[in-house]
Amino acid sequence: MKSLILIVITSALINNVVLNQFLGICSFLGVSKQIKASASLGVAVIFVITIASAVASLLYDYILAPLGMDFMKTIVFILVIAALVQIVEMFLKKTSPAIYKALGIFLPLITTNCAVLGVALTNVQNGYNFIQSVLCGFGTAVGYTIAIVLLASIRSRIHEEDIPAPLRGAPIVLISAALMSIAFMGFSSLNF
Amino acid sequence: MIILLTTLVITIVGIVVGYGLVYTGKKFYVEVDERETAVRECLPGNNCGACGFAGCDAMAAAIVSGQAPVNGCPVGGAPVAAKVAEIMGTTAGDVERKVAFVQCKGTCDVTHNQGNYVGIQDCRSAVLAGIPVTECGFGCLGFGSCVTACPHDAIHVINGVAVVNRMKCVGCGLCAKACPRGLIDLVPADKHVFVQCSNRDKGPLVKKVCTAGCIGCGMCQRQCEHDAIHVDNNLARITYENCIQCGKCAEKCPAKVITLPFVRNKPEASV
Repeated sequence: MKSLILIVITSALINNVVLNQFLGICSFLGVSKQIKASASLGVAVIFVITIASAVASLLYDYILAPLGMDFMKTIVFILVIAALVQIVEMFLKKTSPAIYKALGIFLPLITTNCAVLGVALTNVQNGYNFIQSVLCGFGTAVGYTIAIVLLASIRSRIHEEDIPAPLRGAPIVLISAALMSIAFMGFSSLNF
Repeated sequence: MIILLTTLVITIVGIVVGYGLVYTGKKFYVEVDERETAVRECLPGNNCGACGFAGCDAMAAAIVSGQAPVNGCPVGGAPVAAKVAEIMGTTAGDVERKVAFVQCKGTCDVTHNQGNYVGIQDCRSAVLAGIPVTECGFGCLGFGSCVTACPHDAIHVINGVAVVNRMKCVGCGLCAKACPRGLIDLVPADKHVFVQCSNRDKGPLVKKVCTAGCIGCGMCQRQCEHDAIHVDNNLARITYENCIQCGKCAEKCPAKVITLPFVRNKPEASV
């Protein structure tokens, strides 16, 4: 039990997917203009990554590994994740249009989020079983949400500051993200 | 051998996933009104929000569901309204093209700044800070919140006052929303008589702060034969439904605050 909780905390904070593993930077920088939008994206990512890591784990454990097709895992995972996001989108559109509208463009955007694939591959690399994979996926997505909401909050403050002209726009966001990354390094000294 | 097996397995996975998608697609199919897509394609697509909806997609949905009029897009104007009406099977009615107009004439040579505002160079910030940037409490601040708001590069601050480029203006009204002093009004594009002042103070007070302000003398109201200009709260305002653009009010205005900026060189254009 303790090790499962540890997996969630490790993947969310210590090995933060964005600030420590540098995955999913694209949407991290692109969508973090508004806190609300980034929170929506965060929720969508939690949803998709948790399901994706579950499916990828099952697929690996019961099809790829027994047949000795370890080397094909990247391609299979890409295929499955892309299809999965589509299915989730259709499912949400039908069953809860409100959530579908709130997530909007972010749902399809997640298909191209390398964090999803990254988690699936990390799970395999670490030899996680099904439950561990799901928890690791969930933790990673929570870490992503924390990071993007924090950056969005910082950016909303930056927006009102008098930034030197050459640093306006992307440069100051990258600098902020780098400082956040340094701050998150502090978690690596957590001891359990 | 492993290559064959891999190909086989990947193909099977692909087929399963593909059929899964088709099945879910059918099962969770949501009816989308064809007209919505068609209407959406007619709209300008710059998502300015001037119609009052969240963007062109939301506007298209509102038109189809009957919540918005077919001529609800102020940017597209009559041509777009006609196309949308055709899709919806109704008639568009007349859409008046409107352009923004800045109701202030307080350039740097007729009025002056007051105090020394050094905060964020933005009109709304200045107003929020409560610092009287301009001597006139109603006039253009000149920091250009409207310029930032304009997606069409149609408004610029020239000599301390925002000026609309009527050729580029599409009448979306975003600048009017951005102006903290409410100086910008949407006026019919074919009209060219304007009261270029927003100061509601009494005459002597206006004169003190600006040599180009409306003093509320009522001369224009007396000149007008069509009941189209009225002084209300010490400020003249034109009712465009009645105005025939004769320009008599502008001729008699002692403060020269009623302007005919677009027909100055061709008087034959006015009636």
